Amino acid sequence: MAAAAVDAQMPEQQRRWHNIRKVLERSGPFCHPDFEPSSEILDFLMDSCKILVVGAGGLGCELLKDLALMGFKKIHIVDMDTIELSNLNRQFLFRKSDIGLSKAKCAVEFVNKRVPGCEAVAHHCAIQDLDEGFYRQFHIIVCGLDSIVARRWLNGMLMTLLQYNDDRSLDQSSVIPLVDGGTEGFKGNARVILPGMSACIECTLDLYPPQKTFPLCTIANTPRLPEHCIEYVKVIQWPKENPWGNATPLDGDDPQHVAWVFEKAQERATKHGITSVTYRLTQGVLKNIIPAVASTNAAIAATCATEVFKLASSCCTNMNNYMVLNMADGVYTYTFSAEKKPDCVACSNTTRILEVEADAVLMDIYEKLKEDQAYLMKNPGITTVINGRNKTLYMPSIKSIEERTRDNLKKKITELGLYNGAEILVADVTTPNTIAIKLKFSDNVDVEMSR
Amino acid sequence: MASPCPKSPEQSEKNKQYDRQLRLWGDHGQAALENGHICLINATALGTEILKSIVLPGVGAVTIVDDNIVSDEDIGSNFFLESSSKNLNRGSESLRLILELNPAVQGYAVQEATDQILQENPDFFKNFSVVIASSLGEKTIQSLSHHLWEINVPLIFCRSVGFLGSFRIQIKEHPIIESHPDNEQYDLRLDVPFHTLFDYLNSFDIDELDLKDHGHIPWIVILYKAVQKWQISNSNSWPMSRKEKNEIKEIIQQFKRVDDNGMPIYEENFEEALRAVNTSLTPTFLPVKIQELIYNSSAINLTKESSPFWIMCSALRAFVEAEGKGKLPVRGVLPDMTASTDHYVTLQNIYRNQAALDAELVYRKVQEIVAQLHCDNITETEVKLFCRHAHDLHLIKGSCITSEYQFSNTVSSYIARYLEEPDVMMVHYILLRAAEMFRSEHCRAPGEWEPESDIAKLKTCVSKLLTDISCSPFPKDDHIHEMCRYGGAEIHSVSAFLGGCVAHEAIKIVTKQYKPVNNTFIYDGASTNTATFTF
Ligand SMILES: [Zn+2]
Repeated sequence: MAAAAVDAQMPEQQRRWHNIRKVLERSGPFCHPDFEPSSEILDFLMDSCKILVVGAGGLGCELLKDLALMGFKKIHIVDMDTIELSNLNRQFLFRKSDIGLSKAKCAVEFVNKRVPGCEAVAHHCAIQDLDEGFYRQFHIIVCGLDSIVARRWLNGMLMTLLQYNDDRSLDQSSVIPLVDGGTEGFKGNARVILPGMSACIECTLDLYPPQKTFPLCTIANTPRLPEHCIEYVKVIQWPKENPWGNATPLDGDDPQHVAWVFEKAQERATKHGITSVTYRLTQGVLKNIIPAVASTNAAIAATCATEVFKLASSCCTNMNNYMVLNMADGVYTYTFSAEKKPDCVACSNTTRILEVEADAVLMDIYEKLKEDQAYLMKNPGITTVINGRNKTLYMPSIKSIEERTRDNLKKKITELGLYNGAEILVADVTTPNTIAIKLKFSDNVDVEMSR
Repeated sequence: MASPCPKSPEQSEKNKQYDRQLRLWGDHGQAALENGHICLINATALGTEILKSIVLPGVGAVTIVDDNIVSDEDIGSNFFLESSSKNLNRGSESLRLILELNPAVQGYAVQEATDQILQENPDFFKNFSVVIASSLGEKTIQSLSHHLWEINVPLIFCRSVGFLGSFRIQIKEHPIIESHPDNEQYDLRLDVPFHTLFDYLNSFDIDELDLKDHGHIPWIVILYKAVQKWQISNSNSWPMSRKEKNEIKEIIQQFKRVDDNGMPIYEENFEEALRAVNTSLTPTFLPVKIQELIYNSSAINLTKESSPFWIMCSALRAFVEAEGKGKLPVRGVLPDMTASTDHYVTLQNIYRNQAALDAELVYRKVQEIVAQLHCDNITETEVKLFCRHAHDLHLIKGSCITSEYQFSNTVSSYIARYLEEPDVMMVHYILLRAAEMFRSEHCRAPGEWEPESDIAKLKTCVSKLLTDISCSPFPKDDHIHEMCRYGGAEIHSVSAFLGGCVAHEAIKIVTKQYKPVNNTFIYDGASTNTATFTF
């Protein structure tokens, strides 16, 4: 056969990439309008295109493998975690002998060995340890994290890298696309974010389910569920009885600690006639464990990898822009266009306005920043500039400053020097940036009337 | 201070390793998985991606059937091959690398062609839990599916070409007891309270309670009392319409205590009762789906070979017709609600005890049937689980893949209906079939050498298929062109997506939990679109 003869003459490397070369070197009726098929695209993927994978867990392992087999070579991966036994049911690049080692390093070592030519680089650190210069070097960032706070921080970082022209329009060359995946049990989602252009993580915070919490009065006075008994031991009994001495904090990874909580929770449950406190449940509540399985991770990571491939090669248009996957009843997907919020804290490049009553106290602002759907911050630090000088109003994250500024929370904001139109600067773990917010005093008459 | 050393059980090594998935399918699901033996035909990238997500969670054993030799293209798209695998048997090489993922899994490689096994040793397939096949020719898939249908072994047949992919599940009959519905309906029996529940509900006098207790009554009691009050002026009927339900809400509002200014005091349990009016006043009934199951001929005409599922369905029917008075056994699950510990636990025990009594009756009927038929015993645990999920039992009745290739009348009109819409996902199905036909006629994939010259040939295949189902030709050649562009390429990320899905469905089949796809799934990675069809 003639073709077989041609095939045999092709260098081994070319034959290895024969599959993806077909879609990169041939044009098709459904291609992206900008797509020009050529062998240079594969050269770009292999030699120039730099991808950052954030997280080397269930999704990260899959992503690293997928990207390496889609032709990408210059892949960086960042993860601060080390390998645990409970990872091995899905994080397929790790073995029992790797327990305790860096996830990022192990994953990179494995994939570089399995896929010749792959030049993946590991960063065993927190994403917050890496600076703007680091993130700016990548063409595309793909994220497989289980923490919402870390995702929001990364989202904020990509917004920091955006540059705007003099007419306030976005400089498109500063946009680094973010492909984000997440899973929980048999469900997952994947999305493509063009920072500053399409809906970002902050625009769609309401898509994340609220964290399950139990009111303190329920766990203390009217427990009904086994979870209530476990929470009680965790929140009330542990600090009170201090079983390991020296105010040792409860460690959900320490089997001795878990066993202690389990036993006490069982005692409390028996006392109240509540059943089904198990060791597994105790651990689940203490560590807030999210169920995870290899198959869902594989499907979501692959969806993300396909989108990275499309972004890098323009061979097809990207998904627009959010896909949900549910594998509990059959296999079901739904793709929709999440909307960009015109006044998004992270991506709108407009001045943020916070409406407060003129007689509000600082605590009101603090609570608003934590509870308002537009902010949902964790422990915001608030500063302002008065007569050209920085003034810290409240700083919860640093103990000594917290103690010094705590009294401000009860003070009226006008007493603290704030006024209608004043600007406060807010810092929080959910973003690498300090956010400037203008205060707008709501009309007192209206306030009176609504009461 | 010395460490307190509780005697509590530490988890076993295996429990720790599988912790995150045990929370999804339980220890019994895991045990079923560990008894499973999966056969993979052809260790393509798609094949090994499937096996990866079955081996990691700890299936009992895998067998790979593959007589192909590893090529450079294989290495380029398949993670479970390495450079040194070249020119070696593809099945054995990928098996070696896949087994590294989990030492608890047994693995076997068979270096023979599927056709040969079907001819010489068809019994080979008889002991597998599921057979999964990819990259099979038109003829082989027909003989394989026919054989597996005959011997009642589930088959998943998958394809991955360019950005397109599909899988088809062939399973004769698949009963699911634990379907894990996203929103489980409550089973509270407020319209037909059993006597312990009746006594409990009537032991309350809402107006007599002090304010603290008033805030601790479970909403179930509040709702029941409101309906009772409503029934006095409504000739003991049951509130069904929106108007009637609004009347119930008004009565609940009247139950609320007021403060010195005559304003209602906020009490969480009363708010919960108001929210429950719309969801929890549905009268107790036997769901049509379950009625069909228990009156299915397999549940009526039992034999010694009847499966435990049908025996339990038969016993369930006997219960419904006798003690159940037309209703299923009580589920025995109480949703969480604002209440004092005492009220909640008491009420929970009332439901649980009734559920245990009902399940006991069903179990006795099961024992009678087992004794009559002289068949294998069914444990009380199995019957309890069955009764607990009696409201959500699910049965999948499958069809044989050969009916798609013979274009039976039902299949033809089904496809035609979607093509008329037109549904682009059904167009993808036709193209996957046409590409398969092309391969059997030309011994290569369409566009494998050069895309343009194959467009006309592939169009001929599409026309043949469309004629067979009496459909008009496609108005445009764009999808045909796109298939030729793919040239039979296997794109890793497309295979990885399908691999995750197929592994997932195989696990559902082996554990008999969660509902699998019934029965055909189509994926287009280019447009990020998926669809399910039932052939
Ligand atoms: Zn935004």
